[in-house]
Amino acid sequence: MAFDKMELQKIEVWDGNRAAAQALRQAQVDVVAAYPITPSTPIVEGYAKFLADGYIEGEFAMVESEHAAMSACIGAAAAGGRVATATSSQGLALMSETLYQASGMRLPIILNLVNRALASPLNVNGDHSDMYMIRDSGWIQFDAFCPQESYDLNLIAFRVAEDHDIRLPAIVNQDGFMTSHTAQGVHTLSDDEAYAFVGEYKPMNDMLDFEHPVTHGVQTEEDWHFEHKARQHNDLMVKVIPKIKEVFADFEKLTGRKYNLVEKYDMDDADVCVVCMGSSVETAREVATEMRAKGIKAGVVGFRVFRPIPFAEIIDALKGVKAIAALDRSSPNGAAGTLFNEIAGALFNTDTKALLSGYVYGLGGRDLTKAHLTALFNELQANVDAGKVTTQLQQFIGVRGPKLAYL
Amino acid sequence: MSEIKNIKNLKEFSTSADRFEGANLLCPGCAHSIIVREVLNATNDDLILSASTGCLEVCTAVYPYTSWDASWIHIGFENSSTAVAGAEIMYKALKKKGRLKQPERTPKFVSFAGDGASYDIGFQWISGCMERGHNMMHIVLDNEVYANTGGQRSSSTPIGSSATTSPEGKKSYGEKRNKKDMMAIMAAHGIPYVAQVAPNKWKDMVKKIQHGFAVEGPVFINAVSPCTTEWKFDPKDTMNIADLATDSLVFPLYEIIDGRELNITYRPKNIVPVEEYLAAQGRFKHLFKDEYKYLIKEWQDRVDEKWAYLQRREEARI
Repeated sequence: MAFDKMELQKIEVWDGNRAAAQALRQAQVDVVAAYPITPSTPIVEGYAKFLADGYIEGEFAMVESEHAAMSACIGAAAAGGRVATATSSQGLALMSETLYQASGMRLPIILNLVNRALASPLNVNGDHSDMYMIRDSGWIQFDAFCPQESYDLNLIAFRVAEDHDIRLPAIVNQDGFMTSHTAQGVHTLSDDEAYAFVGEYKPMNDMLDFEHPVTHGVQTEEDWHFEHKARQHNDLMVKVIPKIKEVFADFEKLTGRKYNLVEKYDMDDADVCVVCMGSSVETAREVATEMRAKGIKAGVVGFRVFRPIPFAEIIDALKGVKAIAALDRSSPNGAAGTLFNEIAGALFNTDTKALLSGYVYGLGGRDLTKAHLTALFNELQANVDAGKVTTQLQQFIGVRGPKLAYL
Repeated sequence: MSEIKNIKNLKEFSTSADRFEGANLLCPGCAHSIIVREVLNATNDDLILSASTGCLEVCTAVYPYTSWDASWIHIGFENSSTAVAGAEIMYKALKKKGRLKQPERTPKFVSFAGDGASYDIGFQWISGCMERGHNMMHIVLDNEVYANTGGQRSSSTPIGSSATTSPEGKKSYGEKRNKKDMMAIMAAHGIPYVAQVAPNKWKDMVKKIQHGFAVEGPVFINAVSPCTTEWKFDPKDTMNIADLATDSLVFPLYEIIDGRELNITYRPKNIVPVEEYLAAQGRFKHLFKDEYKYLIKEWQDRVDEKWAYLQRREEARI
């Protein structure tokens, strides 16, 4: 080994970006090809600096665009090694063509997506427009609510994506600034523990095996294209969920930190609940606890895995609840929100009597405050008491001007 | 260590082990397959190849078949250069880490792309690859048109050519702009080697490809690839058209070393008038109408001027 190990404290004070960069170092990623974009840049800067300081043996390529970054990641992954990168927002939009190519070619690249709004108007702050934009691109999507989870889920993502039964790329989402730039205590693994957990990269169909030349990225028309896409969907639906559960269980054994496909908070007897993603989950949990002190049985469900959609776990998590608020941090631009639709789809054929309403919030980094959530839980309780949704099905929270409500 | 492959004659060359199979879907008379075979036959080393979306790609890797007996990757239209650059980065990483399966081997990294995928949509990606200094070769199969999509103009399409998006008509002589000078642009990157090649001058091509494989760093090759379908000539005439291209000096064969030193590598004994090159192709047929004959004169003047410029550059050694 021609690199130095790093002595970490049991608990380090890291923001989400630093936590992700440290995970990439501990996974000893072979190649990072990247292009800078706020707020994800410190992740790849971190890798570059670790490399410069001799803490990684690998290659960093700072290329000329995000499209080229993912193109180089695809070439590197097809060559046969561990590959990761990071981006946000417009960068993801630019690389979106290649995201479909990476997944279609079954290359287990890890992408840290530091969630940020999409222009126009230009905005550098957190929302989930980018995460939603590429939701059908065939990538596994994890969601970290805080820096600890950014670290943990990166280590987990390599194990899931690189498994030879899976061979699909994976995204680790975290909220721009709110998670990526907010430092917290992060429980660490030693370099040896982390690397042992992630494991050696095991190449498959690697271009650099000259004895076994391989053709990557073929053409298929109406005779085969459908079968390829169906097989990929099948693997996402059938193989990925059990694999994630298995890796979550291994990670719990190692660290004591338990992850679930959907994270339930006070849901056992909840009457009303909020479903959301990202750093808002933590705010909602705090408010739910306060609501309970006021006599409202509130709970929170957070999507830990956004793709593949954990259908059965959503149904299970929302069983018995009387009113649900689906919170979408992206403008649906002429539709119901994505989480609203996912939840409605999951519950439609069940015997649930739950009242479902949707809320659009936090666009471009607008705060979701405890006051907003308190009002929201009260509104859900009012729905329960009335036995119907008392508002329109879609409302906007925290936007200035006259109240916006639709559907 | 890699060795320079010794090739004595055309027969030996054309019968050496193929890593690009004759079983492909390219048009009869397409120069792409000839150029690709000439490039691949120039070395015995392992090859990591890529192709941009285009004729070469759609005709050689249609599932469940492949024409490639070497590792090959296609991602999209614009990024064959970066695909191979990515593989080259991984090669360096794994070499450093001692994880190569055959560490004694010395692979060559080559990306192929058409002129549309190089001069236009992939321009930035190629520039990035050249600037970053990857140990790779980018080869343009330059047929001066988007042939795969049915003959639209690219920035390599020469003035006066009739393309579907710059057609000749009652009030137009076709393409209005001069071909982009990619050779000069690539040389301006200061890369170790830039060369223009043609399939009819196979010895010149092999020498340049072998030189390109021997240098450290990025190499750019522009290969004229006569297109029977879009240039509109009989498939049996591919090499005749290539001869006219090089011997009229419309496609002068030269190289630029380290972005500075220019060498002309082929001087036709008998320089053919540009008119003969144009007359052999349907895409220029309309130029022979009385009202457009001045364009043929202008063509000849441009070619003469460029040839004089190349000779001055060569002589000046700058």
